[in-house]
Amino acid sequence: MSDHESPQGTAWIWKIFWLLLVITTVEVVLGIIKPEILLTSLAGTSILNLIFIGLTLVKAAYIVQYFMHLKYEVTSLKYAIYLPVLILIPYLTFILIFEGQAIFEF
Amino acid sequence: MSKNKIASAWSGGNEPMNSEYGKMMMWFFLISDALTFSGFLTAYAFVRFRFETQWPVAEDVFTHFPGLKGDQPLLYVAFMTFVLIMSSVTMVLAVNAGHQLKRNVTAWWMVATIIGGGIFVSSQAWEWYHFIIGDKGAIELSTSEVMKVANRDGNVLSLSQIVQGMDKGHSANHELLFSDEEVFESIRANNNLVLQSPGKDHTPFNREATIKALDGAHVIQGANMYHNEYGKQQFANFFFFITGFHGFHVFSGVVLNIMVFYNVMLGTYDRRKTYGMVEKVGLYWHFVDLVWVFVFTFFYLV
Repeated sequence: MSDHESPQGTAWIWKIFWLLLVITTVEVVLGIIKPEILLTSLAGTSILNLIFIGLTLVKAAYIVQYFMHLKYEVTSLKYAIYLPVLILIPYLTFILIFEGQAIFEF
Repeated sequence: MSKNKIASAWSGGNEPMNSEYGKMMMWFFLISDALTFSGFLTAYAFVRFRFETQWPVAEDVFTHFPGLKGDQPLLYVAFMTFVLIMSSVTMVLAVNAGHQLKRNVTAWWMVATIIGGGIFVSSQAWEWYHFIIGDKGAIELSTSEVMKVANRDGNVLSLSQIVQGMDKGHSANHELLFSDEEVFESIRANNNLVLQSPGKDHTPFNREATIKALDGAHVIQGANMYHNEYGKQQFANFFFFITGFHGFHVFSGVVLNIMVFYNVMLGTYDRRKTYGMVEKVGLYWHFVDLVWVFVFTFFYLV
């Protein structure tokens, strides 16, 4: 069960904190200056927006894995939590992005 | 033998998934809540996608910072995000101390978390207040399209500057209300003023179209469920609904935290020999932070 043991002490908590803080700062700075080069269109949106979404997912992963402790739960609980969310939310997003384009026909 | 088999199937023996009942149920609640929020945010994305060119730009909407003059785009919401991340950290520290049955340490970190949550909710109230009161004001045309008033250089002017003149007016309306007549009169009198769309493209009307568009138009100041000076009406509706729903989660989290804190002080969890309740309320609190990470991205950044 050693891989399910959470880390000792509090140093790891502050490490995650600094990481989240740095990511947020990068996001805010990018959001304020909006570098011209990142506004190039890619995959229906701008590169900048894709960077924002990517950084958000990284932040979310760290919060769930470490702060919510999910990394150290047993495999069955991990799957019970990850699977519904990771299947249903991308599915919903997919439907809205692709099928939703029909709204422009009205 | 059979006991071992059950233990390996669930990896938790007689405690399925090696998780306390309440903690597992908290997780399942959070899954359903995550789906609810993703429903809201994807609906927001869908409507925004449809009206992309007319959609208000967040940096033009949320520009205030308490005590600072002028435009401070994103600064206040960055502060709110920092507060929420910080309170998440203090919550982990409380859970961590709870695992070691350290009552006082847990209690102090819970106090810090409650204060953080309180600051966040009040910041949100402050932001709502400014969103509702409005900033520069706008004109709603008879086609229900919302237009800003700008000069020929493309700088958006406040109604206060338009009516009272550039030297006497303020860059925001500061709770002053202006009537349709006085605003339209000033626009007609000043050859330099044109209507400009508040969305990304900022397309201005020419002078002729501006005068013509004032027929049947109304002045709107601030935002509510029926009018929105920042642009597309749905932006205000989604803003109130999503940040309101999230803010209500934060508020509930603060209430739950206070209840658990009270029990920590009473020594309830020392008698139970487990601080599981701190862990459960911690899960909820982190989830609130998690949702904010997404709301922050999709409302203020993207």
